[in-house]
Amino acid sequence: MTAIDPTAHLTAEQIEELGRELDAIRDEVIADRGEKDAAYIRKVISAQRKLELASRGVLLFSSFPPAWLLGTAGLSVAKIMDNMEIGHNILHGQWDWMRDPKIHSTTWEWDHVSPADQWKHSHNELHHTYTNVIGKDNDLGYGIMRVDEDQKWHPLHLGQPLWNFLNACFFEYGIAAYDLELGKNLDKRRRKNPEFRARAKAVGRKIRKQVLKDYVIHPLLSGPSFLPTLAATFTANLVRNVWSHSVIMCGHFPEGVQVFERRSIKGETRGQWYLRQMMGSANISGSKAMHFMTGNLSHQIEHHLFPDLPSNRYAEVAVKVRALFEKYQLDYVTGPLPKQVASAWHKVFRLSLPNRKPKVNTPEVPNRKQELVAA
Amino acid sequence: MTSTALRGRAWKLLEMVTTPLLPSDYLDLVSPLRAGADLRGRIEAVHPETGDAATIVIRPGRGWRGHTAGQYVRIGVDVDGVRLWRAYSITSPTNRQDGRFTITVKAIPGGKVSTHLVRRAKPGTLIQLDQPTGDFVLPQAKPAKVLHLTAGSGITPVMGMLRDVEFDDVVMVHCAPQPQDVIFRNELHDLVADQKLRLTEVHTDTDGMLDIARLDELVPDWAERETWACGPAGLLDAAEEHWSEHGVRERLHTERFRPSIVVAGDGGEVTFSATGKTVDADGATPLLDIGEEAGVLMPSGCRMGICFGCVTPLKTGAVRDLRTGEITEAEPGVLIQTCVSAAAGPCDIER
Repeated sequence: MTAIDPTAHLTAEQIEELGRELDAIRDEVIADRGEKDAAYIRKVISAQRKLELASRGVLLFSSFPPAWLLGTAGLSVAKIMDNMEIGHNILHGQWDWMRDPKIHSTTWEWDHVSPADQWKHSHNELHHTYTNVIGKDNDLGYGIMRVDEDQKWHPLHLGQPLWNFLNACFFEYGIAAYDLELGKNLDKRRRKNPEFRARAKAVGRKIRKQVLKDYVIHPLLSGPSFLPTLAATFTANLVRNVWSHSVIMCGHFPEGVQVFERRSIKGETRGQWYLRQMMGSANISGSKAMHFMTGNLSHQIEHHLFPDLPSNRYAEVAVKVRALFEKYQLDYVTGPLPKQVASAWHKVFRLSLPNRKPKVNTPEVPNRKQELVAA
Repeated sequence: MTSTALRGRAWKLLEMVTTPLLPSDYLDLVSPLRAGADLRGRIEAVHPETGDAATIVIRPGRGWRGHTAGQYVRIGVDVDGVRLWRAYSITSPTNRQDGRFTITVKAIPGGKVSTHLVRRAKPGTLIQLDQPTGDFVLPQAKPAKVLHLTAGSGITPVMGMLRDVEFDDVVMVHCAPQPQDVIFRNELHDLVADQKLRLTEVHTDTDGMLDIARLDELVPDWAERETWACGPAGLLDAAEEHWSEHGVRERLHTERFRPSIVVAGDGGEVTFSATGKTVDADGATPLLDIGEEAGVLMPSGCRMGICFGCVTPLKTGAVRDLRTGEITEAEPGVLIQTCVSAAAGPCDIER
């Protein structure tokens, strides 16, 4: 086993220069952002609403098998659009510049059991700021999995392939739980904290509304098709959950993605922050439709560099970012979805077992923590 | 059960179906101008008036309550994808039969919204509306003698009045750079030909700016006339002083399109704590503009310190009223008008 620092060849000046070049890419998009982008997101929102309405309409007759298939497929796609290209990106503030109160990060709510404001905190503030920093970024293993050789192994980790599978199926609940930081907050004293209780109540209300809509009202409206519709909405939620879980696993889990130590980010400069985002994220290659269905999180690297740029611009930004990776001789981790998903799952399985030799050396600040790659 | 209660129940059920969205989010897709929707309008035509002014014909949504002659309406227009709000006087008469109303806009250099409306607005575009408002209106009893003192696009609210009411004795003194810059010139001259209006045009490119003292010569009985004045701040300031000096200030009604700014202060770092944004602000830019530039969702209204639609709690720090120079410091419960307040040092605005 050898530790390789893929950024060791860069001097401090080069890293800052890289930061300036990335800033310039960002400024270019912002200067050019306008009417066409606004028309894009409005078109997507309108299409999503029509698709959802139509699918739910078709599902009213879901005892007729073709209607069930069509409606379930449509509703799955609508839910994915709601969460990925629309919800995730609006909640990032990607569209705040339009000053449209109906399409704004502070007013948006999504088809998800985690209320938008709680998700924004754990996702935008914690995950995006502390990307891939062990102990700071809850997205790393969602607090239930071991994702790095240096993390201490525990027999419970043997079950992590199963935990990960369950998390994929019920991903929105997993997200809600870790937005609540349940692991930490369920201990006796913290549980009574009024702030936590208020947040837990909000999640409860959101779950109740979502469940009532998908599993009670919509099936009831379907009359004799009650059970098929119930199965359809359950399936659509399952498809949405597994899909978003897979896309998100591809963003930070595949082999080749770096994780970092808490200490390594102390006093981090703008350039170093950019570099951490570059090394801590992975893309998914594919068609336009693939990029759209992932909410452009297939451009995870670009999204992490510029979380608040409109998602429809990541494709053009990616060309420039990739050129910078080449210029600075960095490894741009990308691959087709099946390959990246397999790679991430491989890691989940591999790390469920204890590794032979935990790394003992503690790098000096600001060295980045290296992933151990089997040579 | 009454029908309203039934409708209420049905609506509740609909809300449970559309959650996390609202039923209106879906209804807006097909019927954005329906009753009960947020007030919007659709641009139906754009008629050029002069080289740099145009009249926009707008069909308002069903919730439109109608206007009184002389009032203005705030409209929200997406310019380059960004929603910008401005106020424009309504120029159509109140009894227009087709349910539409018009605003007349002059493109001002550097004016994003005015330039967009005059040069680029397309029929079919949806815009956001507020209900018409403003107290630059005629009294219930029609005054016997009227003077309209206007300049440039200041003619617009007055045109709304002239089209609405037939006065017995009305004089207009209007300033514009050149004859071809006079908005509604043909219509005004028709009124003159029909002896319904006496008009003096002051062409400032050749005649120079109007000296308010010249009123004695242009309209000898000006002091006896109920006067509506609208135009640039310089003209209105001079008029207010002139009317006050002659002890007839109560006969003068003015309409300003922009607040007159007297003091620029220090500026400072402004935090929008609810949104978590911090930006540097100078001492002359309203906090409303600062917040909007930073992408904070700021409530706004007239943008000139009148309607209080923009009031927001000031959590810490101090702000300066741009009209008076007065400093307001943060205390619990202190609300500020962000449209006429600028940072006077670091401050925290609860948005």
